[in-house]
Amino acid sequence: MENRTRNGSRRRMYLKMVSSSLIRRASRLIIAVLAIAIGATILSGLVTIYYDIPAQLGREFRSYGANLIVLPRGDAKITREVLDDLRGLIGTEKIVGMAPYRYQTVKINEQPYIIAGTDLAQAEKNSPFWYIEGSWGNAEDTSSVMVGHEIAQTLNINIGDTFTVQGVRYGQMAEASRQDLSAEENQKRDLGAQNFSMKLSVKGIVTTGGAEEGFIFADIDMLDDLIGDTFRADVVECSVVADAAELSALSSRIERDIPALQPRAVRRLTQSQDIVLGKLQALVLLVTVVVLIITMISVYTTMMAMVAERRREIALKKALGAESKLVMGELLGEGVLLGFIGGALGVFLGFEFAQRVSLNVFGRAINFQWALIPVTIAVFITITVLASIIPVRKVMDIHPAIVLKGE
Amino acid sequence: MSSKILELKNVSKIYGNLKALADINLSVNAGDWLSIMGPSGSGKTTMINIIGCMDTPSTGSVILDGVDISRENAGSLTRIRRDKIGLIFQQFHLISYLTAVENVMVAQYYHSMPDEEEAMEALAKVGLADRARHLPAQLSGGEQQRVCIARALINSPQILLGDEPTGNLDEENEGIVVDIFRRLHDEGVTIIIVTHDPEVGDVAQRKIILEHGKVVGDIDQSATFGEALKLKGKGE
Ligand SMILES: Nc1ncnc2c1ncn2[C@@H]1O[C@H](COP(=O)(O)OP(=O)(O)OP(=O)(O)O)[C@@H](O)[C@H]1O
Ligand SMILES: [Mg+2]
Repeated sequence: MENRTRNGSRRRMYLKMVSSSLIRRASRLIIAVLAIAIGATILSGLVTIYYDIPAQLGREFRSYGANLIVLPRGDAKITREVLDDLRGLIGTEKIVGMAPYRYQTVKINEQPYIIAGTDLAQAEKNSPFWYIEGSWGNAEDTSSVMVGHEIAQTLNINIGDTFTVQGVRYGQMAEASRQDLSAEENQKRDLGAQNFSMKLSVKGIVTTGGAEEGFIFADIDMLDDLIGDTFRADVVECSVVADAAELSALSSRIERDIPALQPRAVRRLTQSQDIVLGKLQALVLLVTVVVLIITMISVYTTMMAMVAERRREIALKKALGAESKLVMGELLGEGVLLGFIGGALGVFLGFEFAQRVSLNVFGRAINFQWALIPVTIAVFITITVLASIIPVRKVMDIHPAIVLKGE
Repeated sequence: MSSKILELKNVSKIYGNLKALADINLSVNAGDWLSIMGPSGSGKTTMINIIGCMDTPSTGSVILDGVDISRENAGSLTRIRRDKIGLIFQQFHLISYLTAVENVMVAQYYHSMPDEEEAMEALAKVGLADRARHLPAQLSGGEQQRVCIARALINSPQILLGDEPTGNLDEENEGIVVDIFRRLHDEGVTIIIVTHDPEVGDVAQRKIILEHGKVVGDIDQSATFGEALKLKGKGE
């Protein structure tokens, strides 16, 4: 009992000495706290970004187009039910874009072309790098479509121009144009019940440098109506937030759970994404280590200066009968408190810093990681203690008789 | 009643080829009040440091309260110092970020356990009860030195040691401090004080004069330092 009150009052005195030293010498310590706080700011900021980079850049990388192509197995097509199953399996939160495509041959001026019916809004999300002259079509104005650059040149059409597509309705046999009839008569034949014809206007011209330039892009529902069929997609292009490993796991799951589908990951894209991510994370890690070392050095020099500055006080304590260990414990206690204050300040400043970086670079807000509070504080307490060990050991070399005598 | 509390036997302290203390023999009884005088460099501080367990002699032995401290290691010297010695310095040496009472409590803390009530009583004894919550910077030199005396006495040491305790004080504060010594002496505290000031030295019951590390005068209360120095001069 007596022992406990004794320890209690000793502990109180210890805390009193340590805290008074910091509070009443605050002006001397601002630099040290600042050094630690800046270190902690950069550290917690970078760690936040480090953990957010895959998510951030993952989405960023999705601007390079679909990374998962899903085909039907065999001759079947992809129905809307299967498409919904696929969406559910991938998870809407992971999907940046998911565009089903139905390819349909049509005739324009008796020449064959291909209309790609798709969900234009989703296709746009999948293909942010497409260069569009004019604008993307949308589901509201279905007679406005986009044409590939190549087609626009061949047909010599421009934005706002109209053209007519013709073709055979779904399930009907096409009748070949007859050589013995005039073009006019042939056209009339094409307008029979088994055929369709529709006037479309050009809303946008697609330039990609690839095969897309040879297609007409239209709303898939409009196309289905036009040819008189229900939803049947030839392929689904997906842009999914995932790295190579996650993507291949996802592919396996699709193969297992939806036998009607045949997923193909776009390897080249996901692999380069992983490489860039890996390099970025390594860079962040490196910077973090450098910041920790710099913080340690500045804490080390601050503590060195502090021990030198307080030689008399240390000598006095020893003259009063304090063992070196006790005095070292007090200085380390101050170090712990400094690390705590600097670390705590840094966590919040660091989040602010990460938030700004994220908003400016990625245009997206990040979530505050509560776990970062104890981790950063613990890291910076450890760092200040480590950096203080050598300075604090100087206490052992301070001889009270030499320091305390004379001016 | 007059038991021997301290005895120096053939104590020398040698720095290179300099004998800071040369073959000192001295014995002090409990309750004695000693003042040590002598010119600068005569070895006064060296002697105080050895008695105060802050330094060890090169040769000879120092018996403090029956224990030879001359061959102890630093760790046990620290322990003996904290239990048996109360130190006062010319420059006060208070901890700047602690209040008067906290400064006294620091000595308790390193000795055994801090006790604020006791520390307040000690401050009251040196007339500082109302200044207990002030920081050293808010106290006058005399007040600071009184805090130091309270701190030196808080653990009831066997000997109170002071190296020029009034050296930085004006006459008025010097008087206050000397009065405190006088009272402590009446209470039976053993006091050893180094001083340059004959007025302070003469109050002591016994006076030691050091020169070139040797005791050249050891006189009782009947003579003043002035007389002692004259006597010594005639003797030579
Ligand atoms: N650590 C040391 N190393 C070398 N010489 C020392 C050391 N300490 C003291 N001395 C020398 O020992 C001699 C006695 O020194 P000391 O400090 O005891 O003198 P003092 O009587 O206290 O003088 P003052 O009145 O000026 O304080 C001096 O010549 C001093 O130069
Ligand atoms: Mg001296």
